[in-house]
Amino acid sequence: MPTITEKIICTTCPKGCTLEVTRDGKTVISILNGCKRGHEYAQQELTDPRRMVATTVSVKGGVHPLMPVYTSAPFPKPRIPELLKLLRTVELAAPVALDQPVLQNVLGTGIDVHASREMKRI
Amino acid sequence: MKSYDVIIIGGGVIGCMTARSLSRYDLSVLLIEKEADIGMGASSANSAIVHAGHDPVPGTLKAEMNRLANPMWDQLSAELGIPFKRTGAYIVTIDEPCGCLDALQERARQNGVPAEMISAEEMKKREPRVNPATAGALFTPTAGMVDPFAACLAPLENAVMNGVTVLTETAFVDFIKEGNKILGIKTTRGDFACRWVVNAAGLYSDEVMHKAGVRTEFKINPRKGEYYVLDKSEIQIDNILFPVPTEVSKGILVLGSTHGNVLVGPNSQTTPEKDNRAVTQDGLAEIWAGSQRLVPSITPRSIIAVFAGLRATGNAHAINVDYSHDFVIEIPKEVQGLVNLAGIESPGLTSAPAIAQRVVELLKDAGEKLVEKKNFHPIRPARPRFNHLTHAEQAELVTRDPRYGRMICRCESITEGEIVAEIHAPLPARTYDAIKRRTWLGTGRCLGSFDMPRVVNILSQELGVSPLEITKKGAGSEFLVRLTKDMEA
Amino acid sequence: MTRKENYDVVVIGGGPGGLAAAISAKKNGAEAVLIIDRDIEPGGILLQCIHNGFGMETFKQDLTGPSYAQRFIDEAMQVGVEFLLDTMVLEITRDHRIFATSKEHGFVEIQAKAVVLAMGCRERTRAQVRLPGTRPAGVYTAGTAQRWVNVEGFMPGKRFVILGSGDIGMIMARRLTFEGAKVERVLEVMPYLSGLTRNYVQCLMDFDIQLQLKHTVKNIIGKNRVEAIEACAVDDRWQPIPGTEEIIPCDTLLLSVGLIPENELSRQAGVRIDPITAGPRVDDGFQTNIPGIYSAGNVVHVYDLVDWVTEAGLAAGRSAARLVRLGPVADGPSIPVKAAENVRYVVPQTLHPAHLEEGDIRLQMRVTRPIEKPVWVEVRSGDKLITRRGEPYARPGEMVTITLKSNLVEEVKAAIELSVAIVER
Repeated sequence: MPTITEKIICTTCPKGCTLEVTRDGKTVISILNGCKRGHEYAQQELTDPRRMVATTVSVKGGVHPLMPVYTSAPFPKPRIPELLKLLRTVELAAPVALDQPVLQNVLGTGIDVHASREMKRI
Repeated sequence: MKSYDVIIIGGGVIGCMTARSLSRYDLSVLLIEKEADIGMGASSANSAIVHAGHDPVPGTLKAEMNRLANPMWDQLSAELGIPFKRTGAYIVTIDEPCGCLDALQERARQNGVPAEMISAEEMKKREPRVNPATAGALFTPTAGMVDPFAACLAPLENAVMNGVTVLTETAFVDFIKEGNKILGIKTTRGDFACRWVVNAAGLYSDEVMHKAGVRTEFKINPRKGEYYVLDKSEIQIDNILFPVPTEVSKGILVLGSTHGNVLVGPNSQTTPEKDNRAVTQDGLAEIWAGSQRLVPSITPRSIIAVFAGLRATGNAHAINVDYSHDFVIEIPKEVQGLVNLAGIESPGLTSAPAIAQRVVELLKDAGEKLVEKKNFHPIRPARPRFNHLTHAEQAELVTRDPRYGRMICRCESITEGEIVAEIHAPLPARTYDAIKRRTWLGTGRCLGSFDMPRVVNILSQELGVSPLEITKKGAGSEFLVRLTKDMEA
Repeated sequence: MTRKENYDVVVIGGGPGGLAAAISAKKNGAEAVLIIDRDIEPGGILLQCIHNGFGMETFKQDLTGPSYAQRFIDEAMQVGVEFLLDTMVLEITRDHRIFATSKEHGFVEIQAKAVVLAMGCRERTRAQVRLPGTRPAGVYTAGTAQRWVNVEGFMPGKRFVILGSGDIGMIMARRLTFEGAKVERVLEVMPYLSGLTRNYVQCLMDFDIQLQLKHTVKNIIGKNRVEAIEACAVDDRWQPIPGTEEIIPCDTLLLSVGLIPENELSRQAGVRIDPITAGPRVDDGFQTNIPGIYSAGNVVHVYDLVDWVTEAGLAAGRSAARLVRLGPVADGPSIPVKAAENVRYVVPQTLHPAHLEEGDIRLQMRVTRPIEKPVWVEVRSGDKLITRRGEPYARPGEMVTITLKSNLVEEVKAAIELSVAIVER
């Protein structure tokens, strides 16, 4: 299997070091630059990249037509389009409480989606 | 087919003033305008000056109309509620050769316009920001600043109050003739019969007259002029400053405005396109250099807006004088039923009330029996402007109508009450830019970034349509494309 | 709510700065505390910042903007802060009289013992960056687009070009992509990223959105609606390089070209404004030059993390409450804090050395240019080094801080002025 060397920008801290990662498929062979946390980040990015996802869902009966929502933990990056598609079908009804669960164990990931704010019924 | 006595083509300042003058008489009048709002051409993109009249070549129609019109503005602005300030104007010398103002003063005298020389010291006293290297100036006390858009809106609203019909988004297509007699016009919204057509089509006045076979050699060669608007909280100049003029143009000015902003510009660039009002890097650089010559302390940090206008420069010869860009104000003999107004560039705005008056005189001379209406209302009441009131007056206004309590444009202090009033006015504002022209909303330091979503909502509510249909300046300029949650295929 | 005409502390703006100031004022002994906000609900700009990245310092949690705001809104309600919403302040006078206007409440006149200015920022506009071209619909600041997309529920376009690699622009690039739009390009006139690297990775790289540094908009094309942007490369003096033009078809141009503290009310009240920060000159208690008028948050200078805005608001509220409780208290002499080598500005611009007896004073600054090498942040009195701190790098997009610890009180008291510099190690 041919080895690949690529650059990854670490986002663990604001420094934003550029790590040089040499890998064989998903197995990391070496990482240049970065600290311990950076190496953990690079490993994670390669094998199971995740992102916090924040977006909005429709809500009826509130002061605005949209309710901001966010994932309770970083979400698997490849499945974010699926998540967004699912969230498009959600329609909440005011009143909504802060951190109210909107979806639980989304797509079997064990991660929930919560309401970012309270929205009263008008 | 609907029938009118007079149809005016064009809702710029000339058409609007003419409509108002004609509305005094027992005539049925229609004004058609091709854009979504009136005054969207040169009438709202100019220096906003009522010129003293020293500048036009003596003996031309430009000189005559300017001289006749200038004194009319006091009464007109009072009757119609048009913001107007007779500040006077200065033609400022910096390092031009001595005596360069003499010719101008002589021309002012020939045009019957008061003009006095003032010393460098006096100039600096009157305008402390002027270039300290100034060698003095020529002061023309009868010049003034005017709100150019109000100069269109107010007379036309008064005309509508007095029975004139206005159709926007209606473009002239052709004349309906029988032999050389005009029977009516074809437009993009149908045909209309009439006895007289007034050509006030500005940039397109050549195309209109050619359809009647009039002045085939006449051509409009648009000249673009670009302007900067400066932040009124950074710089205030309550004067009109001209440089010494060149052959081609009055030069790059620095002046205050009825809105309180300083305006700098225009340059002069011939362009073949009648709809190219793009602002250019080179143009802005030129204006910058010119304005700093007059007022060195102007800095780019103060710029809050830029715009360009197109002058309807014609090629008509003056009747008795060697000058080839004069106004056309005539009833041509080639056809029956046309009042032809063309080549109305500067001092067009200034001259508008006199040109409108001349139209009435031309019609009378042509045998029209003009009977004055008994119930003509000359007064068009100005609508309340929150930011012009004292706190006590503001409190009273808000108590009367709470919508005046809701501030929509923070930078210029324009309230919901004012916006709603313009949406339901005799010449209704239906687009964002229409409201902007009428209220000066969205022209302040944040350039609309706060008020835009709110104005879209108010327009949507008051017009009873979805926010998706609200436009900046007519069809094709919608702000929004879809709901966030509507995904397209 | 029956509204009084007199308040102890009136806070102008109910965003994170204002909320913190109001809560802090209440907790520090001010009784009648009022927040005036022009929107229909408090929270300020946070309500439209629906993304994560807020609260790591304050709550040790990665919250969204609205969640962060909600925690303070709830606390403000709990401690009895009053709110006047959908109300626009028209004028603040030197002697703390406030004139405001509202549809619901009418014309409002309030007398305050102390005022906290927390109006935040406005966005830099097209004209200020002097963009040539036509003026069609479809040119918006990123914040206005954000309001539409996240709060009002409308998409302002389908294909976007974003000018400016500030955080707001990058965040919107991701947001728009999430909602089905296409972001064609991000253009940045400087040779370096304007915002946080994290946003570059998570908002642009994640979606294969190309960022072009040293590029700008040469022309806006389109009569009624934007039809394309003419982009071009620029040289070291930000001048377009001929031959590098590229037409990018799109229907919307978003401007993310900087924030300007919104100090029109401050100026009118006679508050002295620092020309570099564009915000009020403040001391370590966030007092402006006008006794009893304080200022906190983005209106003082543009922060990068909301947590520091909260901290500033808490301090300003504390100062305001102290004035209400004790009247004007002599703070002792104050000394200027000047920006020196590589530092663009320092806040606060003055401090009272005597205050170090009560606690540390944090200085906040921005560097003039990126230094991607280890640096010292140094506070000096003349040549004498008072304190220093090492940082692995310094970037204009990230605020730098240094704390004057209270044990430095004697050295600082002996100083006539302090200067702050950032130098390579």
